[in-house]
Amino acid sequence: MSAPAQQQPVVQFVGVSKSFGATRAVDNVSFEICRGEFFSLLGPSGCGKTTTLRLLAGLEQPDDSGGEVRLMGQPVNRRPPYERQLSMVFQNYALFPHLSVARNVAFGLEQRRIAGAQIQERVRRALAMVRLDPDVFGRRMPNQLSGGQRQRVALARALVLEQPILLLDEPLGAIDLQLRKEMQLELKALNKQLGITFVYVTHDQEEALTMSDRIAVMDRGRIAQLGTPAEIYENPRTAFVAGFIGQSNFFDGRVAQHWDGRWLLELRAGGALQVPHHPGLEQNATIRVAVRPEWMNLRRADSVPPGENVLAGTIRDIIYLGQTLHIIVAIPSIGDITVALRNEGQITRPLAWKRGESAIISWSIDDCQILEES
Amino acid sequence: MAWWREHALHWLSQRPRARAGALLAPGSLWLVVFFAVPILIMLGYSLMPRGLYGGVERGFTLEHYTRFIDPLYLDILRRTLAWSLACTAICLGLGYPVAYTIVRSGRWRNLLLLLVVLPFWTSFLVRTFAMIFLMRDTGLINDWLAKLGLIQHPLTILYTPFAVMVGLVYGFLPFMILPIYASLEKLDRGLLEAAEVLGARPAARFRRVTLPLSMPGVVAGCLLVFIPALGSFLTADLLGGAKQMMIGNLVQNQFSAARNWPFGSAASFIIMSLILLLLSIYLRAQGRVEAAR
Amino acid sequence: MNLRPSRWLLTVTAAVYIFLHLPILVLMVFSFNDSKFSVDWQGFSLRWYQRLWERTDILHGLQVSLMVGIAATAISTVLGTLLALGLSRHRFPGRRTFMGLLYLPLVTPEIVVGISLLILFAVLGVSLGITTIVIAHVAFCLSFVVVVVLARLAGMDQHLEEAAMLLGADEITTFRRVTVPQLWPGILAGALLAFIISFDDFVITSFVAGPGSSTLPIVVYGMVRKNIEPSINAISTIILLVTATLIYLAERLVRAR
Repeated sequence: MSAPAQQQPVVQFVGVSKSFGATRAVDNVSFEICRGEFFSLLGPSGCGKTTTLRLLAGLEQPDDSGGEVRLMGQPVNRRPPYERQLSMVFQNYALFPHLSVARNVAFGLEQRRIAGAQIQERVRRALAMVRLDPDVFGRRMPNQLSGGQRQRVALARALVLEQPILLLDEPLGAIDLQLRKEMQLELKALNKQLGITFVYVTHDQEEALTMSDRIAVMDRGRIAQLGTPAEIYENPRTAFVAGFIGQSNFFDGRVAQHWDGRWLLELRAGGALQVPHHPGLEQNATIRVAVRPEWMNLRRADSVPPGENVLAGTIRDIIYLGQTLHIIVAIPSIGDITVALRNEGQITRPLAWKRGESAIISWSIDDCQILEES
Repeated sequence: MAWWREHALHWLSQRPRARAGALLAPGSLWLVVFFAVPILIMLGYSLMPRGLYGGVERGFTLEHYTRFIDPLYLDILRRTLAWSLACTAICLGLGYPVAYTIVRSGRWRNLLLLLVVLPFWTSFLVRTFAMIFLMRDTGLINDWLAKLGLIQHPLTILYTPFAVMVGLVYGFLPFMILPIYASLEKLDRGLLEAAEVLGARPAARFRRVTLPLSMPGVVAGCLLVFIPALGSFLTADLLGGAKQMMIGNLVQNQFSAARNWPFGSAASFIIMSLILLLLSIYLRAQGRVEAAR
Repeated sequence: MNLRPSRWLLTVTAAVYIFLHLPILVLMVFSFNDSKFSVDWQGFSLRWYQRLWERTDILHGLQVSLMVGIAATAISTVLGTLLALGLSRHRFPGRRTFMGLLYLPLVTPEIVVGISLLILFAVLGVSLGITTIVIAHVAFCLSFVVVVVLARLAGMDQHLEEAAMLLGADEITTFRRVTVPQLWPGILAGALLAFIISFDDFVITSFVAGPGSSTLPIVVYGMVRKNIEPSINAISTIILLVTATLIYLAERLVRAR
């Protein structure tokens, strides 16, 4: 029995591997992407995200033993890029330097032997969609455009073909911060407006969190975790994900006792924490726990609410980050713990804590993230 | 029309090695048949005894190589090596300052470069003739010297070792200038500024920053002069006369007047071996530099 | 930091440039000298250029040189471009060695190339003529073309071809609409250089040319050795001007885009 067309994933990777010589750039990767989704591949350089995108595009072939790539349910392993129903925006735009902007955008349409008048019309619409005036920019050459403008032309060239899937390989990398934030919102809007499935590669986790419906975090050729931005951020499954996305404080310990829905974790460095129940936790197992700085609070000795973990230490440093303050607290035997507090305005409402003071860190027991072996 | 193309492309896309092969095969084949094989045959000839009309007979002999122990031929070898080294040294001494100036010349740079590239590509024969035109007994130099009253009888400039040396330097100077220019041009000005801030005066900056960093260009330039000079033929032939023989002339002689192909092949092979030896030293040294990085 | 070259440097440079160019300029100037023997200036005259038209050996040599040049250029440009494409697009074991061997013709003395081909043709029993000259010139020019085209390819954005394929163009269309327009200046520059090398070559040609197939350089060489007269200056000037023009064009092409 097959699922109705609506719900069939448009992209499927089934156990795909790709090696370059002895290195496995993509190692047995499987995932599915649904129609209209904004799907991001996120990870540090060398993690295999670009290779995965290129496998999807048909610019690389999976290893002979290495799995299947399916588009709209059809296996496309051996199909060349020009026979796949997707478009791509490259990192450095790859605009044809010998063609004008209009002819760049028209390139794919000319391949399909569409009538000239129709081509002109569609090119104009595509340029307007990326907010470039066709009359002003149509005849210009790529080397006469700024980086941001070139990027829009690359986008128009891809969108004009109205393919169901759009691949983007770190398209905003070379653009400065202000413009980048604008373009992020524009891309997200286009995704919703056109209903096209976006597959987006980036190393910038903030970007991925902002734009994506789901994120696949990759590390050394494998998917470390796949989920919504909230799932990835709030429930990281491995130390890698917890460290790569946002910041985390890590604690190592041995699971000692269990009662009332909670486990006692004896820290290797001494002391103990309570962690929530997690399927698969057994007595005497050694685990690692992550807690985000923004879930922690600083307290005086007498004002710790019940049901929270506590650690005592001395404030070593206070770092001013504008929106937040990072307070580095040195806990004996454990090391430095970072607590993130909202900046209420140091000039008008300064922090009640100073460097060198002793303080207590506390956080809700449920905010402990139990990490799997990576 | 379209379906066979699709078919062919599909077949080729499955076999990346066939694609590479199709592109590389024709050119490689030509070079193998018309460059590599002839040299191997030449090597074979050099080991066979001389035949009746200057060709070869069946057999094996090392006599063509052992003949080089004769002082007459050793002399030719020695002269070739000495002149090539001298030419390289002179070209380096003249070429480095020129390359340095071109890099510093601002808006004149392209013009100056073009003026070096032009002689580089101009017919060697024509340039050598220009030298003859100047240097011969009835040539321009003698004419002007006589007019200026400096000499009574024409100086013999042509057909002397001096003439050959001038001709060699004249011919190969651009080969030295261009690689040195290339490596000087790549030099990061920021390094010199950093050295200046660290207290180095101009001479020290040149000695400790510019010169070492331009070494790859210097070495390349020296090879690009020395190697062709070793095998050079035209210069000694036209400017040196019968008495100033280099190995190249010896080889040519064996294939024309002297009619001793195997001996000429042996001489040829000696030149090739010298050159290949130099190149392998160079490449190995380069490889070590790359590995150390 | 003062970057202007010192006086000493400028003097040496000026001297070198004069050394490099004065002989040729003198040569060209005296091609217009209205005198057969003397190096005294007797007045401006074009008679030595007119004399060139009368000398059938020169005209025939020019004809042979042009035929050989065009044929050798065509063949070496095609083969060299294919080689460069194959080298830059594919990684295969032994690639570096292969490239090294490819550059061997550039460092091999012309005399060695010349006699080895003479021996080959003798062994094969091939009689010397225009064909043997063309074969020799292609063997020599091939590596030059590869160097030039490879340099052009290295500067090319490989993503352009990938982008074209994702826009629906198959390999042949991509080659035609994207690769060739990008590569075109490099191929043309390589062709021009190959032609110049072929046109100017003397040493190799002297060994593989047959009795009736003397190229222009061979004729000029004969004139230099036997009877020196100012028509040598005239033909040399023409050769120089043609070469200079082609070099200038090639430089512009390599710099283009």
